[in-house]
Amino acid sequence: MSDNSLNNIRILIAKPGLDGHDRGAKVVARALRDAGFEVIYTGLRQTPEMIVESAIQEDVDAIGLSLLSGAHMTIFPRVRKLMDENGLEDVILFGGGIISESDAKILKEQYGVAGVFGPGTLMSTIIDFLKDELRKRGKLPPEETPAPENNDQAQEA
Amino acid sequence: MNTTLPEATELVERLLAGDRRALARAITRVENGGPVGEAILAQLYPRTGHAHIVGITGPPGAGKSTLVNALTKVFRERDKRVAIVAIDPTSPFSGGALLGDRIRMRDHTGDAGVFIRSMATRGSLGGLARATGDVVSVLDAAGFDLIFIETVGAGQVEVDIAREAHTTIVIEVPGLGDDVQSIKAGLLEIADIFVVNKADHPDATRVIRTLRMMLDLGHPRSAWNIPILPTVATRGEGVPEVADAIEAHRRYLEESGEWQTRVRLRAENEFERILRRELVARLRRRLPPGEYERTLDEITRRGIDPYTAAHRLLEG
Ligand code: B12
Ligand SMILES: Nc1nc2c(ncn2[C@@H]2O[C@H](COP(=O)(O)OP(=O)(O)O)[C@@H](O)[C@H]2O)c(=O)[nH]1
Ligand SMILES: [Mg+2]
Repeated sequence: MSDNSLNNIRILIAKPGLDGHDRGAKVVARALRDAGFEVIYTGLRQTPEMIVESAIQEDVDAIGLSLLSGAHMTIFPRVRKLMDENGLEDVILFGGGIISESDAKILKEQYGVAGVFGPGTLMSTIIDFLKDELRKRGKLPPEETPAPENNDQAQEA
Repeated sequence: MNTTLPEATELVERLLAGDRRALARAITRVENGGPVGEAILAQLYPRTGHAHIVGITGPPGAGKSTLVNALTKVFRERDKRVAIVAIDPTSPFSGGALLGDRIRMRDHTGDAGVFIRSMATRGSLGGLARATGDVVSVLDAAGFDLIFIETVGAGQVEVDIAREAHTTIVIEVPGLGDDVQSIKAGLLEIADIFVVNKADHPDATRVIRTLRMMLDLGHPRSAWNIPILPTVATRGEGVPEVADAIEAHRRYLEESGEWQTRVRLRAENEFERILRRELVARLRRRLPPGEYERTLDEITRRGIDPYTAAHRLLEG
């Protein structure tokens, strides 16, 4: 299912560090494209600096990190710090991979990670989460029903 | 048109002062269209016209992104500021896109002299996005000396790039089966420079020979001799020679007067596209409510032919 209102929403998906598990990142990137997002996939071995610089140049609405290596408690805080230094407060930070519930809680509460998704997560869960976060930031209209587009009809009414 | 929208003015001031976030946001506004984007373009337009715009086209997997990355390295050593616009296709089913060219353009982190932007085609055909020219204008005004445009490379001949760029590089690679067949006729007409990438592959010399033959046979003579340059983009081999050819082509364009011709052609192209869109929009606003749809219905029912219908709408 795709949604036209998402077509101008841009999302960066990145694999930080030396973690070579890229299946999940690719699956998520493809699912987001199929949902109607514009996804920038930067590939493996990204440093936090590379990730935030790409996010700036691409003017993305969200940064998604995929971490299965156990490095999430160092990577997420560093990305968050660079985001703050560069004024990216309005950008959604989220991610997934092998991350324990207790770590996820800390990431959410202390580092402003908006969502963390582990193995087996349905793609629809991730897409609904993003739509919700985008609505909170006023980047998507509050309701699903799109406003009427046809001027002719508006005049007739 | 209102060129004094506060958001536009603020973004323009900041981007001209070197603020990369403002540059990125300005590109978004221009790409999405609308009054802020148009106001940004209006304010920046007088500052454009300095950058050398270089198009890179060729089949998927030929090494376009890798070559752009390697060329950027060489031009940075020559003290040029480089911007890259990398285009990938929008899915016709979802309207979404997966933009992956940055995977091969990772060597420039922390370098303020490089700016990379991925763009989705958003429904336009021909290997470029509708707003490609506008985005290039923003980067030009922001002071980049060289702007690379990497086309989609979807396999068909992407001639649009030749209208957008001053210099067009066509990449060919060995190992795509029948070499002669894979070199499409239209590419001969748009190439200013041929690059045979993956020259580490044994078949490369055959591709070069075939290209040479096709050029000798089929190409009208001009003062510019189209070079055919072998590269191994992954290792940077042959890339300085491509950079030399790009610079030589610019000199040729300037000395021959061709630069002005191409710039005018690009302007005309752009101007006509905008006029056409604007005229259609105005006509539709002037029509009685529902008239456009009714006419379309009539054409669909074969009640009227589209030519007669067009004349009727324009004159009625
Ligand atoms: C396949 C696999 C591999 C493959 C990877 C192939 C590839 N190119 O991806 C290979 C064989 C290469 C491999 C190697 C290793 N692996 Co491995 N591997 C796995 C395995 C079995 C499945 C991972 C997978 O692909 N799942 C399928 C995808 C679709 O799921 P996913 O990645 O989890 O993604 C989902 C969610 O997590 C989430 N998600 C993921 N990313 C993102 C991003 C965003 C933005 C969002 C919103 C959501 C999201 O959404 C996805 C869909 O639901 C897991 C065990 C497991 N069951 O998870 C171990 C596992 C990840 N590997 C592990 C290890 C230790 C290794 C090695 C170090 C082993 C070794 N000693 O050599 C190496 C390291 C390689 C390297 N360079 O990093 C450990 C990691 C332990 C840890 N983190 O504490 C695991 C958990 C196995 C285990 N139980 O010990 N591995
Ligand atoms: N052997 C070889 N591989 C190359 C060369 N240049 C690029 N590649 C590889 O070809 C693949 C496609 O490259 P990419 O730049 O993404 O191609 P694009 O689709 O045209 O942009 C990548 O795996 C590159 O590493 C080269 O000169 N030699
Ligand atoms: Mg590419």
